Amino acid sequence: MSDATNASSALLDVRDVSKAFGAVEVLRSVSLQVKRGEVVTVIGPSGSGKTTLLRCVNFLESYDSGSIRIDGREVGYREAGTRQRRSERDLAAMRAETGMVFQSFNLFPHLTAAGNIMLGLTKVRGKSQSEARKAAEHWLGRVGLAHKADSLPAELSGGQQQRVGIARAVAMEPKILLLDEITSALDPELVGEVLAVVRSLAEDGMTMLMVTHEMAFARDASSRIVFMADGGVSAVGPPKEILAAETSNERLRTFLARFRASHF
Amino acid sequence: MLSQILYALPFLAQGFAVTLWVSLLVVVLSLIVGVLLGVGLVYGPAPLRWVVRIFSDTIRGIPILVLMFFVYYGLPATGLHLPSFWAAVLALTLFKTAQVVEYVRGAVASIPKGQSEAAMAIGLTFSQRLTSVIFPQAFRRFLPPWINGVTDAVKGSALVSLLGITDLMQAINQVIGRTYEAMPLYILGALIYFAVNYALSLASRRLERRFAFIRE
Amino acid sequence: MGYALNFNLIWRHFDKLWGGLLLSLELAVISIAVGIVIGLVLAVWYVSAGRVVRATIAAYVEFIRNVPLILLVYLVFYGLPTVVDLAYSAPTSFVLTLSVYSGAYLVEVFRSGLEAVPRGQLDAGKAIGLTPWQRLLHVRLPTMLRITLPALSNTFISLFKDTSIASVISVPELTYGAQWINFNTFRIVEVYLVTTAMYLVTGYALLFALRLVERRFRAAR
Ligand SMILES: Nc1ncnc2c1ncn2[C@@H]1O[C@H](COP(=O)(O)OP(=O)(O)OP(=O)(O)O)[C@@H](O)[C@H]1O
Ligand SMILES: [Mg+2]
Repeated sequence: MSDATNASSALLDVRDVSKAFGAVEVLRSVSLQVKRGEVVTVIGPSGSGKTTLLRCVNFLESYDSGSIRIDGREVGYREAGTRQRRSERDLAAMRAETGMVFQSFNLFPHLTAAGNIMLGLTKVRGKSQSEARKAAEHWLGRVGLAHKADSLPAELSGGQQQRVGIARAVAMEPKILLLDEITSALDPELVGEVLAVVRSLAEDGMTMLMVTHEMAFARDASSRIVFMADGGVSAVGPPKEILAAETSNERLRTFLARFRASHF
Repeated sequence: MLSQILYALPFLAQGFAVTLWVSLLVVVLSLIVGVLLGVGLVYGPAPLRWVVRIFSDTIRGIPILVLMFFVYYGLPATGLHLPSFWAAVLALTLFKTAQVVEYVRGAVASIPKGQSEAAMAIGLTFSQRLTSVIFPQAFRRFLPPWINGVTDAVKGSALVSLLGITDLMQAINQVIGRTYEAMPLYILGALIYFAVNYALSLASRRLERRFAFIRE
Repeated sequence: MGYALNFNLIWRHFDKLWGGLLLSLELAVISIAVGIVIGLVLAVWYVSAGRVVRATIAAYVEFIRNVPLILLVYLVFYGLPTVVDLAYSAPTSFVLTLSVYSGAYLVEVFRSGLEAVPRGQLDAGKAIGLTPWQRLLHVRLPTMLRITLPALSNTFISLFKDTSIASVISVPELTYGAQWINFNTFRIVEVYLVTTAMYLVTGYALLFALRLVERRFRAAR
């Protein structure tokens, strides 16, 4: 129990997490906290480990050392320090506490928009079909797709698919939502509708950890920005501080300069 | 000539019934065992995967005829005495099972990894992921090659005639033995096999379209 | 009941198996060679022909594909000579059957291969002033062959296995050799173990070799 009392007020507490793929060290002693209601954005050059970090948080990826806690509970492993994986059931239950939205949507193509949302509600949350259907309709309404409940993913545009992806994740009422470059597979004119949904969720107090290359959005929507480089956290701070052109962090300055050069 | 063939029709019909019965048994048994082994090949522990891999590659690497003789003549040496009918069904089933294993593997492997991950992310357990996400999608990839393969089972069943089982093939040979009307009877036999298999392949095309619920 | 393996008798009659294997390979090679000719001619004809020719070729393909090979083998060996004035040995009869059989499968392979040749390549051929025959010979066929090479390899290997059916008309190929030893020595398990191994080793060696050839072909272009 002492661990729980020690835990900071952070909802997500990542401590000294390291991970290697074979000889390649992808995460080097990463630490990061996200408080309830906070929106934290991770930026950084390609290959810096952003995706891997997010995937470790819901244990789609295992990590080699360190600890990741959500609400004081160790993710993935039975206890911090040991590398004993939780049981399949436990892992599934833990994963239901985090929502994830994927870059490539990953909607279930054999299920309708509503069916995609209802699957977790019925199988994991144990809701009845009619309860789940109601919840699905509610969340589809929230993302502006009430009229598409019975459409198959193949009948939706990319932006609509991604909004269903978001609805599917939040309908599970997760403690934290993980979003990995959720607009980068979209045509530019569809990005706005998806970001608008994310923004409204943030306004409702949803805790989020997201990776994005949309700097303007990161600046406006984030409580804090984390800059990752070479598998480590290189800088953390409020958007204004991190995105300031005159930052003293050399790597961050180079990243931002290059980023601006290519995006504006 | 015509009267002789007409006279033989009931006998041929009996043989035809045996052909259908053998085919049905083989198709159903191989489907059950093949799906189980196929899932084992994809998700099972390493030793099981090796066993299934070796089983499938070996069976698919030898002629069905050799497999059938091996089972029919070889089994008694191991102390197991099966009536020739069941030895034949066993051999054909082994062969078909290896095919089904590959169809299952191919179908499951064609489902993108993101589907599993999305299912994990909403907290589905392994068995829930299989039954709610992977299998429904894999089913549709499995169906076309599998149904196409049903005609292989019907064609393969003609080999049981070599073990003295009176299927359609054997019935035709026996009628020829009495009537010496070889050509008309072989052509009649070919047309019967053709009719069955062609009907099956038409049905399979229709089913395929029915299950194409995902536009790509 | 224990069954003691004893391979002595198998080795004594091994020439039946070895000679059988060589004959199996020979049957398969001749059949695929003839089958390729049938397949190529009909596929090229098919893509450029009218309705009647297409329907006829399709009927041939569908008929062969939907009838058991063993029945075709009987039909050609026992049936055909009763209606036409032909006399041939069992091996010749079998090669004839297997050629027509593989031809039907290869028409399909080549036809889909021809259709998979990108339009742009044909247009490029036109643009440099090639005649239709030149386009076929220098653009369409080479590309099509490259596309269909893996399917050709697979067809060859399955023909090699199909040669075992020749044993039903007493062609002394590998399966026939195995049966001969089976009936004459009763070393049943042994003979089928050895025969199985021979089919497996030969089949996979062929597959391996053909895959190497395919890779060479792809790298060369
Ligand atoms: N499954 C894997 N096996 C081996 N290496 C991997 C694997 N997944 C990621 N990597 C490597 O880990 C490093 C970090 O990858 P990651 O996807 O986390 O980066 P990222 O910051 O998300 O990059 P991007 O901006 O391009 O998405 C990269 O060098 C990548 O090649
Ligand atoms: Mg990434």
